[in-house]
Amino acid sequence: MTKLPIGLWVEFIVEWAQIHLEWLFDFITMVIKLLVSGIETIFLAVPPLIIIVLVFILVWFVANRGLAIGTAIGLFLIQNMQLWEASIETLALILASTALALVMGIPLGILTARSDFAHKLMMPLLDFMQTMPAFVYLIPAVLFFGLGQVPGLFATVIFAMPPTIRLTGLGIRQVPAELVEAADAFGSTEWQKLVRIQVPLALPTIMAGVNQCIMLSLSMVVIAAMIGAGGLGTEVLAGLSRIDIAKGFEGGLAIVIMAVILDRVTQSLTEKRKIKV
Amino acid sequence: MSKIVVKDLVKIFGDHPEKAIKLLRKGYSKNKILEESNQTVGIYDINFSVNEGEVFVLMGLSGCGKSTLLRCINRLIEPTSGTITIDGEDITTATPQAVREMRRKKISMVFQGFALFPHRTVLDNVAYGLEIQGITVEQRREKAAQVLETVGLKGWENSMPQQLSGGMQQRVGLARALANNPDILLMDEAFSALDPLIRKSMQDELLSLHNTLNKTIIFVTHDLDEALKIGDHIALMNNGTIVQIGTAEDILTNPADDYVEKFVEDVDRTKVLTAEGVMKSPDPVVFLRDGPRVALRLMREHGISSIFVVTRERKLAGILLAEDALQAVKEHKEDIKSIIVSDVPKVGVDTPVIDIIPVIADTKFPVAVTREDDKLAGILVKGSVLAGMVRRGNNID
Repeated sequence: MTKLPIGLWVEFIVEWAQIHLEWLFDFITMVIKLLVSGIETIFLAVPPLIIIVLVFILVWFVANRGLAIGTAIGLFLIQNMQLWEASIETLALILASTALALVMGIPLGILTARSDFAHKLMMPLLDFMQTMPAFVYLIPAVLFFGLGQVPGLFATVIFAMPPTIRLTGLGIRQVPAELVEAADAFGSTEWQKLVRIQVPLALPTIMAGVNQCIMLSLSMVVIAAMIGAGGLGTEVLAGLSRIDIAKGFEGGLAIVIMAVILDRVTQSLTEKRKIKV
Repeated sequence: MSKIVVKDLVKIFGDHPEKAIKLLRKGYSKNKILEESNQTVGIYDINFSVNEGEVFVLMGLSGCGKSTLLRCINRLIEPTSGTITIDGEDITTATPQAVREMRRKKISMVFQGFALFPHRTVLDNVAYGLEIQGITVEQRREKAAQVLETVGLKGWENSMPQQLSGGMQQRVGLARALANNPDILLMDEAFSALDPLIRKSMQDELLSLHNTLNKTIIFVTHDLDEALKIGDHIALMNNGTIVQIGTAEDILTNPADDYVEKFVEDVDRTKVLTAEGVMKSPDPVVFLRDGPRVALRLMREHGISSIFVVTRERKLAGILLAEDALQAVKEHKEDIKSIIVSDVPKVGVDTPVIDIIPVIADTKFPVAVTREDDKLAGILVKGSVLAGMVRRGNNID
């Protein structure tokens, strides 16, 4: 039996896109660079101590005192390990990719909830995006965007977006049919129904999707560093290539600290919503 | 005047409704059609009209299509064929914009499970219908607060729905439906989720609200007692179509078929049947101008020991007892006015049997049934009341 040239087909498509969609990739590159460097510049312009205090207050406000204290300790530790700048780079990458994933993922999730056809089309695609090893995305990412933060962000978005789409769709489908019917019975337009009833009621589930999105973005940090995305991932990779346990562990620890902070903060946002609802 | 007229309404669930309609015309049963064409017949052959300002009850067991029918009226479910005319306009052909406008201004709905929005306060739930019409916050909240007051929930404006009891939640549901000031209220098993005592008080309250607001109400229920209590007209549904339409008494006294008869078997007739349904015709009577001899002869002929006396306009004057008449004949009195008992037990024609029973038990005379103008409409004796409660037909004599 002859081997089907599936790989070659994909290669062909990627090469075609590389040539004919260059203008698009250039535009995306510009936007992403602006976004990431914007976030980086803002965070690096403010002295670490002030950021730590601000984050401490913020976390206390949205979550609780214990978490706020833990957050402050964690951030001081990162500063102490001299990983502050790398952490900010990583944070900028995560925030930018999460933002992009949400901007695309939430509308797509809403679409899958509203149309069975979109749902059927999207589900296998999402399975594919989530199960395909993340490394594979690095290849077209590099071909389209070269090396650096932009391809790293591209791969991260593809990997982190599926749970946002899934959980947004799930949340909206789970809004009790009687409430949707009530919204219709009073003469809501589709948009009014979505904005006033469905999205607010789906919010806890959507927030769980946001949380998942952030966590998956973080898990891509080291992989994205392989194509020059920078940040804490680079520290870990350097530790790996030089078998430098100390460097690798410190980079890893900083990632864990960021992960825990982001996870707990987004979770407590979700919890608060739930109590209100 | 008819507010709503439904003609030949059919709803088929499935991809090929035309197949099912063809089979329906051939007289196939619902099950047979499902087997043959894989289409589910929701409702078919629905014809009825609802008068302005009445409470029209759609009644039947679950799965009989009553909720489907209700939802066709505000087009939450699109009917397959037939027409629904509201105020002379066929709404089955209305554009989506027109349907939305109709739902906003003309028809509101109350749901079985209340369907309150859990993320909104009671006040904002009630204001929802106004909110989506683009009415300002102050105006809609003011209106919503007023409506909440009419349903007795003043002071609960800022609570969340789930903090309220079931009965109160449904009051919010009712207030939300009333806030738009619609002509028509659709109530889908609105009180079925409430416990019996609360349900009863909600029914009473709905009736008193109905008296003051004068909305046209279509009320879906599976509870016959509820239907009989609140419905001006009741449409009994079975297996997707209407089997009988009539007033509570029509349905109880003349069940259209075995299904209806079985349904009404267990009803507490004493609450529904009225004096009019169980009384005997008021023959014989004597007029005031008649003498005691005439009265005695009539009593003898009919084998009774007392007789009602009426004026020339057939207004009730009193009752004449045989022994008094006999006494008068002996004393050669010609005028019966002085010997009648004028303090006789009487009830109105609308009095339910349950209220007649104590009256009958307390008196040794027959009970007179009178209309509003005090004219004698009929008489009640113990036997006729008992017969009316047991018998199906209305040929009570």
